Amino acid sequence: MIMVTATIMAAAITITDMFAYEFMTNAFSAAGIVAVVSGLVGYFLVMRGQTFAGHALSHIGFAGATGAGLIGIAPLWGLLAFTLAAGIAMGALGERISNRDVAIGVILALALGFGLLFLHYYTSFATQATALLFGNVLAVDHSMIATLAVLGAITLAALAAIMRPLIFSSLQPELAEAKGVPLRFISTAFLAIVALAVSECAQIVGVLLVFTLMVGPPAAAQRVTTGLWSGLVAAAVFALAESWLGLTMAFYTDWPVSFCIAVLSAFVYFACLALSRMEPAHPVPAL
Amino acid sequence: MSVITFDHATLHIGGRSVLSDVSFAIEAGEFIGLLGPNGSGKTTLMRAILGLLPPSGGRIEVFGRLPERGNPAIGYFPQLRTVLPDLRVRGRDFIASSLNGERWGLPSLSRKERVAVEATLESVGARDLATRPLSEMSGGERQRLLLAQALIGNPKLLLLDEPLISLDSRNQEIAIDVVRTVCRERKITVLFSAHELNQLLGTLDRVLYLGNRQAVLGTVDEVVKAPVLSRLFGADIQVVRADGHIFVMSRGRDVERVDHMHDHDHGHGHDHGRSHHHH
Repeated sequence: MIMVTATIMAAAITITDMFAYEFMTNAFSAAGIVAVVSGLVGYFLVMRGQTFAGHALSHIGFAGATGAGLIGIAPLWGLLAFTLAAGIAMGALGERISNRDVAIGVILALALGFGLLFLHYYTSFATQATALLFGNVLAVDHSMIATLAVLGAITLAALAAIMRPLIFSSLQPELAEAKGVPLRFISTAFLAIVALAVSECAQIVGVLLVFTLMVGPPAAAQRVTTGLWSGLVAAAVFALAESWLGLTMAFYTDWPVSFCIAVLSAFVYFACLALSRMEPAHPVPAL
Repeated sequence: MSVITFDHATLHIGGRSVLSDVSFAIEAGEFIGLLGPNGSGKTTLMRAILGLLPPSGGRIEVFGRLPERGNPAIGYFPQLRTVLPDLRVRGRDFIASSLNGERWGLPSLSRKERVAVEATLESVGARDLATRPLSEMSGGERQRLLLAQALIGNPKLLLLDEPLISLDSRNQEIAIDVVRTVCRERKITVLFSAHELNQLLGTLDRVLYLGNRQAVLGTVDEVVKAPVLSRLFGADIQVVRADGHIFVMSRGRDVERVDHMHDHDHGHGHDHGRSHHHH
């Protein structure tokens, strides 16, 4: 008992240590905002089976971010501009295009290529490549936190505005169309929302690892609960826990933050998958 | 008053005429079997009734008015799509999503709507599906869930697009039985599209047979005979009656069966929904 108390106290002391550094409190704030947004938006990405589109948007965003560096503005704005344009274009071209794996694959490879070209011409910026690709949450400052908070609020407000018809048209497109839901508009608006979330997420874990916060937590949530609201809450909680635990883990091990979050994301997903497989199988009635 | 009236109606999709100068009237409470070869316009006809496809000629009336999108008096059962293997949404939420699903904002259900969801599940004997995720349901169970959803809000007209596809024959009989019982009880007019006539023989009041851009409505005896079907199929058709069954044959082959097998490979002619890709 005494041992346990001592351990807890020791842990409490070291955790206060961690928050003694401003870059750590900044990182916790930024990661917290982004994790909640990513988990909630990602829930619908997984429900609609469009995770690959989210992946593609982040790659296209890389070209935007390096392009922004080339013309001397903050990478976040280039990222936002490119992902938003690409998201709206994918939505406008229709779901037949946005679900076409080969087309998306070719376009995202092209975007990465352009990203590399922009880096090549802006050589002093090359050290930023790792930060863009794999995130650099420890370098976040107050103004970035404010920006992320505003962007996050806009993203969630937009998601809340279209949530009802979004769920309806994701689950039953034919019926939604018959009831007067503007399918094309909903899917375009949703991809624009995904673009915002991807841009925010890339600030924390980088464009290559947006899956860790946008797909891992919601997919894990959907394994452990089949309810809509419980699923949304679980997705946000998983994303938040993974990013904060990831930061803590990184602080004590000196491993890269994004690696820690990626490991936790994979671990939680596979644990939830195993958990849902272990449940007794439902008896299958005749009909 | 007729529930559905087509008055010299013509339907086009992308410049191709699917139905041309078609006239018929379906009366209240009728159970109509909608038959015809692939691409003959069964889904198109339903989309026109739903107000999704205005006729390029003639006039269509539903309950004495022009078809309009979102008519609450119509229950619709779309052709079954493949469900994403990861679709972990439970049956109750699936059905609930269609209630006022066209409104903006956050999803929320009134107490009355929640009662309606449970009641419709109960009415088709699908209460056990309320808490199970779609990805774990069999084809028959999904079919039952879609039927429960089509019946929500007490529609007066039910459009069922190929509800028997991908069911084994025992489950097909059960599905037909459920539809018949519920619809007779509530005096719902039914348009039931299918590949095979025989299973519906004991249930349907009249047949609406499509083919060759035409449509013929009448009793089985009036419609399912060689001269009428030869015209609709554009081929020499024989109708063989044996042992209470009717076989529609072309050069010795059973047209409906060949058609049915064909459909499993390619799905329906015109694809208006979205196709799912699995990653």
